[in-house]
Amino acid sequence: MTGDSALADVAIIGAGVVGTAIARTLALQDVSCVLIDAANDVGTGTTKANTAILHTGFDTVPGSLESRLLRRGSALLQEYAQRAGIPVERTGALLVAWTAEQASELPAIWDKAHQNGCADVRLITTRELYRREPHLCPGALGALDIPGESIICPWTTPLAYATEALAAGARLRLRCQVTGIRTGETEHRVFTTTGVVRCRWVVNAAGLRSDLIDRMLGGDGFTIQPRRGELIVFDKLARPLLTAILLPVPTARTKGVLVAPTVYGNVLLGPTAEDIPDRGDTATTATGLAALLGAGHRILPALAGEEVTAVYAGLRAATADRDYQIRVDGARRYACVAGIRSTGLSASLGIAEYVADELGGAGLRLAGKPEPDPPVMPYIGQAGMRPYQDAARIAADPEYGRIVCHCERVTRGEIRDALASPLPPADLDGLRRRTRVLNGRCQGFYCGATVAALLAERDWAGAEPSWAVPPAARLSPAAETA
Amino acid sequence: MKTDVLVIGAGPAGLAAAVELRRLGAGSVLVVDRDDQAGGIPRHSAHTGFGARDLRRVLSGPAYARRYAAAAADAGAEIRLGTAVTGWDGPRRVTLTSAAGVESVEAAAVLLATGCRERPRPARLVPGDRPPGIMTTGELQRRVYLAGERLAGGALVVGAEHVSFSAMVTLAHAGADVIALVTHLPRHTSYAAFALAAGWRWHVPVWASSVVRRVEGRKQLAGVELADTRTGETRFVPCDLLVFTGDWIPDHELARAAGLEMDPGTRGPVIDTALETSEPGVFAAGNLVHAAETADIAALGGRHAAQGIAAELQRGPAPEPLRLPVMVEPPLLWISPNAVRVGGPVPPRGRFVLRSRVFRRARIEVRQEGRRLATSNPYRIVPDRPLPLGAAWISRADPGGGPVIVRIR
Repeated sequence: MTGDSALADVAIIGAGVVGTAIARTLALQDVSCVLIDAANDVGTGTTKANTAILHTGFDTVPGSLESRLLRRGSALLQEYAQRAGIPVERTGALLVAWTAEQASELPAIWDKAHQNGCADVRLITTRELYRREPHLCPGALGALDIPGESIICPWTTPLAYATEALAAGARLRLRCQVTGIRTGETEHRVFTTTGVVRCRWVVNAAGLRSDLIDRMLGGDGFTIQPRRGELIVFDKLARPLLTAILLPVPTARTKGVLVAPTVYGNVLLGPTAEDIPDRGDTATTATGLAALLGAGHRILPALAGEEVTAVYAGLRAATADRDYQIRVDGARRYACVAGIRSTGLSASLGIAEYVADELGGAGLRLAGKPEPDPPVMPYIGQAGMRPYQDAARIAADPEYGRIVCHCERVTRGEIRDALASPLPPADLDGLRRRTRVLNGRCQGFYCGATVAALLAERDWAGAEPSWAVPPAARLSPAAETA
Repeated sequence: MKTDVLVIGAGPAGLAAAVELRRLGAGSVLVVDRDDQAGGIPRHSAHTGFGARDLRRVLSGPAYARRYAAAAADAGAEIRLGTAVTGWDGPRRVTLTSAAGVESVEAAAVLLATGCRERPRPARLVPGDRPPGIMTTGELQRRVYLAGERLAGGALVVGAEHVSFSAMVTLAHAGADVIALVTHLPRHTSYAAFALAAGWRWHVPVWASSVVRRVEGRKQLAGVELADTRTGETRFVPCDLLVFTGDWIPDHELARAAGLEMDPGTRGPVIDTALETSEPGVFAAGNLVHAAETADIAALGGRHAAQGIAAELQRGPAPEPLRLPVMVEPPLLWISPNAVRVGGPVPPRGRFVLRSRVFRRARIEVRQEGRRLATSNPYRIVPDRPLPLGAAWISRADPGGGPVIVRIR
């Protein structure tokens, strides 16, 4: 049995951006970790389908845990992204008021931003606003300039964390759903669809299912309310229509519909905010898409003339509380990291650092913090140099000159590299997130057949990924007892 | 490097242009295509009916593609495959990327023949789940005819134009059961013979006035919710494959990167009757300027553009060619070419081509500043089908006057 009998220091349930960040931070401090996820890849839940913004936290509640961890995490991730090759662009954001009422709220938002340590946030004139965003619909009454807001690749980020965690000795168990947890004197037994995981500590980073995991550990403190957000991605030809992230004035319930550039050179419009009962329902809706298009055309009228490249929906894990729900219980050897809602990507490294410190304080043995050398991930952004543009790289390896996906300009070399990486994709969606292949305007009209064949070739070769755990007999707590 | 003519796209339009350019002695011709084989879309259109108007014979798609690729090579054009244009760096200077590296090419004239594609599901904003098993005809035919994939289960085809019937044949050939062709229009827009054959040979009905409202199935496709546009009634249709056909859009990214003036109707570059764009020395032909016509029409357009290029290379570019815009009124969608080159040639085959959004039996009228230039005989107007308009009225247009308006009378 691979690892089933070995007792890990910590089992982290949920391999989203928060879970992978915690695994990385702990593994780098010599903690033996098992990272568990029900899906076939890391970062497939809330992590993969959001607005892909690296927030400064200017609009968080001052003094809240979210405010603190977001500021810290955002700074850490800015720096980490540079070293790990995660695409980030510091586009800045403009928060635009369209009504007198919204304009009257701008000073309060300014004040909040300054309380949150964003000293560079300032009110700007509509003249400056339109000079910077000439395609913006006429009629704006005022705006706040938030220079620190950035856009980031939400796919490379958890992959970088997980890759670094694996290199530091963490184990990753995918396609592994937790069915029950039994807590003993010195260890937990986490029952999963692929066997039992023994560990001293459990970290619950299960996002949309964190309340279910919490109940398995005897808690009943909170309930996750899935909040669905639909998003529309416009063609790269729309990218010149804006320079910054265009934010609306938030309401009590949501941050509202924004228009933002993406690090892949597209334009993103969304999200909607709809509370739904089903934790797996990421379907888009006719009403949601119509509402988004209406909002988008009001903000940037020229969007109406551009093609839509992709449409998707993600779920954020909302709770009754506004703030993060992070609790470390030394007696039960349990850390609950929940209610991260929509800022997990930006705060991930701050959350991981905080959780590690709290675990250390509660008795988990941590080694000193070495200055880690993060893995250099394949660069899939639009602002920097991609392999197809790199004459030296093509000269050294012609596979980087053979473009397979023309919309996104992904080469055979990059697909080969992704399939051979320490954390290879399990399916086409995984390959998309690692290379951008199939994500473009034609959605596979040209390359769908070729890419499917390349992936099938790997699967036929039977190359088991190094981290794969052979499926074991299904065990449930009841079966174990019997 | 330098070349006299750079042709971008080795489909019917690009290859036919290359043959003609060499025949006319227009100098060195470099044809580039991002694909690994020349021939374009006909390569994976494994049915007959290609070549009637340009080659005066009827061939299968792959045979037609091979014939043009061989003809262009025989004529002395250099054809570079697996070579993508990844940058537009100057008026007639581009960056090429291939396994051989990154290279800059400058040409005296450029022909854009980048073709068109079908709008995929997201561009059509069809809501619901996003399982695999949903594709365009282009992807389907590449999977089946180029990669040799087999299919199983029930397939629903969205669209009922020529290409939709082609998708149906491909699906049946690959082993799928085609359930129906679905169109939002009141009836199909292909030839009656195709629809009859679909019913008789494959027992596939056309469900008219129907739209896909929603896709269901999280891990795999379960089916779609279909709505009747007349009654608003919906029903669930189980299926394992969903193919979005037609609804063409030109591959105009390069044209836009080049900063060419674009036509809001065709969504391709604005072209005059010589097929020259707003940028001197840059021409456009094929389905980039009329998405989508049959391969032979695209090839004849390529040949026409080649003649314009050859003439221009001989006498130098016209300093400020006088162009008269040609526009359509709804329910007409577009006209191609969309400008008259004053004193220039008539359009390819001596006619303009139009598209309508509606079925109609009516005359087409050409007007300029309230003055009627021409009225056609009554047509049977069918959406998705080419509507030809003679070009004799060009001589009656006032070169200094306002735009020419084409409309249904």
